[in-house]
Amino acid sequence: MNEVLQKEEQAVAPPPATRERPFVSPNVNIVETKEGYVLEAEMPGVAREGLEINLEENVLTITGRRVPDAGVVTLLYRESNPADYRRVFELSPSVESGKITAQIEQGILTLNLPKAEKAKPRRINVN
Amino acid sequence: MTLSKRLRSDFWNLPPLRRVTSLRDEVDNLFSLAVGHLANATAENARRSQLQESWFPPVDVSEDKDNLVVKAELPGLKKEDIEISLHEGFLTLSGERKEEVKNEEAGVYRSERWTGRFHRTISLPFAVVADKIAATYNEGVLQVTLPKAEEAKPKQIQITVK
Repeated sequence: MNEVLQKEEQAVAPPPATRERPFVSPNVNIVETKEGYVLEAEMPGVAREGLEINLEENVLTITGRRVPDAGVVTLLYRESNPADYRRVFELSPSVESGKITAQIEQGILTLNLPKAEKAKPRRINVN
Repeated sequence: MTLSKRLRSDFWNLPPLRRVTSLRDEVDNLFSLAVGHLANATAENARRSQLQESWFPPVDVSEDKDNLVVKAELPGLKKEDIEISLHEGFLTLSGERKEEVKNEEAGVYRSERWTGRFHRTISLPFAVVADKIAATYNEGVLQVTLPKAEEAKPKQIQITVK
């Protein structure tokens, strides 16, 4: 099967000793179109500056660090997870890695992963 | 760690349905509980959200000297889709994330994000000034700031010792 994510690594990476905040795995939607793949990841509390997107070979790592809380407040009740976001994907070889684009808006990171020309479906006419 | 890894590897063979997400959350939750990373409130939230099978955005409540601050994680909404109301000491946050127009030709690999309505009601621990409530929505986080009523603010009383 031609999967964009042939394999997904353990999403919650153990934090290095220097960091105190753990990572959680953001929820994602991934769809495939003729042109490529679109990945949307939910990262509430993360601004552009807190984003880190790395591509090594065909391993894509998205990391989002939350904007730190400002001011002195007393927490009365907490349901949110005081963690940063990280998730690792292995990309299909059909993705043209030089043309990946990313944007974040209201806590949703959207990645566009276009397919290489040779990987796009095309019609072959029979003479 | 081994438990979490073993269970996870099976998930990738399942279709990308909501069930996968809730299973994954459950395993995460079990794992976190064992390690003791999460506060009880978070675990309770996760359990409740599974029971309800609906979108249950996490809410944080904090206070400073002058305000009560309620924050809700609501990624990817439009401002006009969020409703905030106050009624007799209860603050209600509700709204809806509409499912985006589906492209017929698009194949879905993962569908973990919630869509549909959410509804949260918070009992306010003290009186607030209703007409001075302000709300902002940035980075997918809704923040409602409710100024404390005069009688709810801490007071310092001078007592003269005779």
